[in-house]
Amino acid sequence: MNLTQVRRALTAPVAALVLSLLIASVALLVAGHNPVTAYRSMWDNINGADGIVTIINYASRYYVMGAAVAMGFKMNLFNIGANGQYQVAALFAGAVGGALRLPGPVNIAVMILVAMFSGGVWALVPGVLNVTRKVNIVVATIMMNGVAGGLIGYLLRTKFRDKADFMTAHTKTIPANSRVPHLNRLLRFFGYHLPDQTVLHGFLIIAFFVGVGFYLLIYRSRFGYDLRASGMNAAAARSSGVDPKRMVLTTMAISGALAGLAGMSVLLSEQFEYGDRFPTLLGFTGIGVALLGRNSPGGIAAAALVLAAIEQGSRGLAIAKIPQEIGQIIQGTLLFVAVIAYEVVRRRNQAATIREAAAKTASLHAAVPA
Amino acid sequence: MTSSATSAIELRDITKRFPGVIANDRVNLTVQPATIHAIVGENGSGKSTLMKTLYGAHRPDEGTITVNGVQQQFKSPRDAINAGIGMVFQHFMLADNLTVWENVVLGQEPGTMLRLDRKGAITRLQELSDRYGLHVDPEAMISDLGVGQRQRVEILKVLYRGAKIIILDEPTAVLVPQEVDDLFTSLRELVAGGTTVIFISHKLDEVLSVADAITVIRQGRTVAEVNDPSTVTAQDLAELMVGSELPNPATTESTVTDNEILVLNGVTLREGGRTILDDISIRVHAGEVVGIAGVEGNGQTALLECILGLHRPDTGSIELEHRDMSAVDTRTRREMGLGYIPEDRQHDGLMLTASLWENVALGHQTLPPAAKGVWIDRPALRKHTSEVVEGFDVRTPGIEVAAYALSGGNQQKLIVGREMMGDPKVLVAAHPTRGIDVGAQAAVWHNLKEARAKGLGVLLVSADLDELIGLSDTLLVILRGRIVATLDPAKVTPVELGSYMTGAKMAAA
Repeated sequence: MNLTQVRRALTAPVAALVLSLLIASVALLVAGHNPVTAYRSMWDNINGADGIVTIINYASRYYVMGAAVAMGFKMNLFNIGANGQYQVAALFAGAVGGALRLPGPVNIAVMILVAMFSGGVWALVPGVLNVTRKVNIVVATIMMNGVAGGLIGYLLRTKFRDKADFMTAHTKTIPANSRVPHLNRLLRFFGYHLPDQTVLHGFLIIAFFVGVGFYLLIYRSRFGYDLRASGMNAAAARSSGVDPKRMVLTTMAISGALAGLAGMSVLLSEQFEYGDRFPTLLGFTGIGVALLGRNSPGGIAAAALVLAAIEQGSRGLAIAKIPQEIGQIIQGTLLFVAVIAYEVVRRRNQAATIREAAAKTASLHAAVPA
Repeated sequence: MTSSATSAIELRDITKRFPGVIANDRVNLTVQPATIHAIVGENGSGKSTLMKTLYGAHRPDEGTITVNGVQQQFKSPRDAINAGIGMVFQHFMLADNLTVWENVVLGQEPGTMLRLDRKGAITRLQELSDRYGLHVDPEAMISDLGVGQRQRVEILKVLYRGAKIIILDEPTAVLVPQEVDDLFTSLRELVAGGTTVIFISHKLDEVLSVADAITVIRQGRTVAEVNDPSTVTAQDLAELMVGSELPNPATTESTVTDNEILVLNGVTLREGGRTILDDISIRVHAGEVVGIAGVEGNGQTALLECILGLHRPDTGSIELEHRDMSAVDTRTRREMGLGYIPEDRQHDGLMLTASLWENVALGHQTLPPAAKGVWIDRPALRKHTSEVVEGFDVRTPGIEVAAYALSGGNQQKLIVGREMMGDPKVLVAAHPTRGIDVGAQAAVWHNLKEARAKGLGVLLVSADLDELIGLSDTLLVILRGRIVATLDPAKVTPVELGSYMTGAKMAAA
């Protein structure tokens, strides 16, 4: 990438971030708070070992979820059901992990496989409905979120419930040897010492490999070529030999599997059981991450970090007696403004490219003797 | 200029620069009111830039635009429309699932906020349609209309918006001779009613037959203004345009072998009770070009799509290289050496936002040089793309630019190049030279002939009858999904062919 391309790529997200902070400032002023104080206390909560490690932990989770959603977006397949997919996946993985007494690493592998499998199957249902009955994928995935809620509610209170706990419904806690090890010791090896209560999740490594895999799959493999071709021009892809039905099914399965994997960062690094405390909106965060990151491996990483940072920052607002919801306002306006800014910049860049190409080819033309 | 007070349009010394180049260099254009004025020039000669200036899509760096004696500064197409200038683009912009009148009023709905004045709109449209002999039923669905009718809907659209000056961008590129005649009749009625028509075209014979005046543009400059077309020939115009002779599609000697490389046997396709293809049998031999002539919308698209495997025929069989295709998917067919040049390059042939090298892989993404195992082989693909660009004279700043940055003609050359360089055994091609300039057209014909000599079998659908007659070894006519005539291209004339195409003349198939 040359400097112009970098500038073109960064204009929209930076402008969007600045604009959304301005809009949030207005909200703060209207509510009678000083924006400067608010942003300072947010920054204080971000800055520091604890803040940064928390951001990375959340971001790695959001990253995988963002990749799951982006996978579908790349072929114009709007998997809005990542939210149901990861919860169903986490429920089954939690139930299996709590019940099995396999050696730790094997148990971890089994849980991850179960999660990816069940997430994939859950996403395949709308996929199958789409290719056989032409059911709209957005509608089907959203409805599957509802079905997921019902199924989870039922299973969590019956079959999968840890009977030892009368108070709250959750699956059996997974054994201590079956948790993804944290990375503090690895950091210590490199000379970084984290405070005692601060844990850098091992899931970061998984997220890294998901990123590499996502890039290779989408941009370097034949499958990825077919997928992007389907997204850019479905009719052209079809006449080039892409089977659209198979493409929808495969992509939905991979997307669901990744969503299931994203949930494992909570199950295997943080809560160790699936229950009522489990986060319920990760899938929708993933949609935001994919949109903000424009479905590219690097963009999703940046988007995951930015959203995680805003979240971490807003946790510090309580100290300044400012409602934490301001963080959600920033996130929401950021997404909204970013989508608009991307479109504006895309059109401008496209027009610029056409002009440049016309100019260059016209000069080629002029070079041909009359 | 004494005429400026009466001219419908007077462009004076229009200069438009893009970084590093002058696209229009002091171009002059004078169009008299109520005339048909043709603008001819090769692709890239600057006529699109000029029309964009006139239509308000961009502003000239220098020069003046005078419309009906009033100097204008168009900031946007809206200003141009307000000044009475309407444009009919080559690519129609109509919603298929709406009726004619709905499409026409779209964006300018009559009536109040709550009530759409359907009756008023229909009445007004009917009036316009009758007055100019456009023969369009305001209540017909666009999806039921043929290309010629759709074009007339586009014309109605600009008339409805009050245009007194209509710019038509290569309007005949999509039409058969009879439709062209209809269009020209309509244009004459428009002119008789006081409308001014600016007509952009490559087809010099048509230009000569219809235009009252001609302006020739070459390399950004006005090279000739012809006020009396009867004083010039197509040859003169061509030489003014390109400085060389017109290419000729005619092939010299037959290279037909007895190897039946593509065979269709009684192919029938039905869709929702309608018979799209009716008992079609075609044999294409290696080294043979079989041309399909027909008015657009008579099943050509479905025919090509059946061969490609996008539709499964209800009855009948398709054999590619002596292998039955009924259980073979599109991908395998492509891998077996089936090349495809689609009818609509932007809709079916390109990923506009992807780079040229990614577009060159399309349809060939499973085989070298595009693929290496399960991966895309970027270096090999880039090298291959450079070869396509060079071999087929695709004018582009590079192979990394997005396909949308290329002009239509260059997009087409990229597609033709990609298919020809893929070493096809059978090529199904729809309008391979539509919208590309004379030089490129000659190159495409040359390439087709060369590949044919090496044993390529071609099924060619084209609306350019000279192309069909010149290139084909066998000529079939398709009408309402049936092959209605088999003709010898050496003996048939375009006019004769046209009457078979419309069903005016029948023959034993």
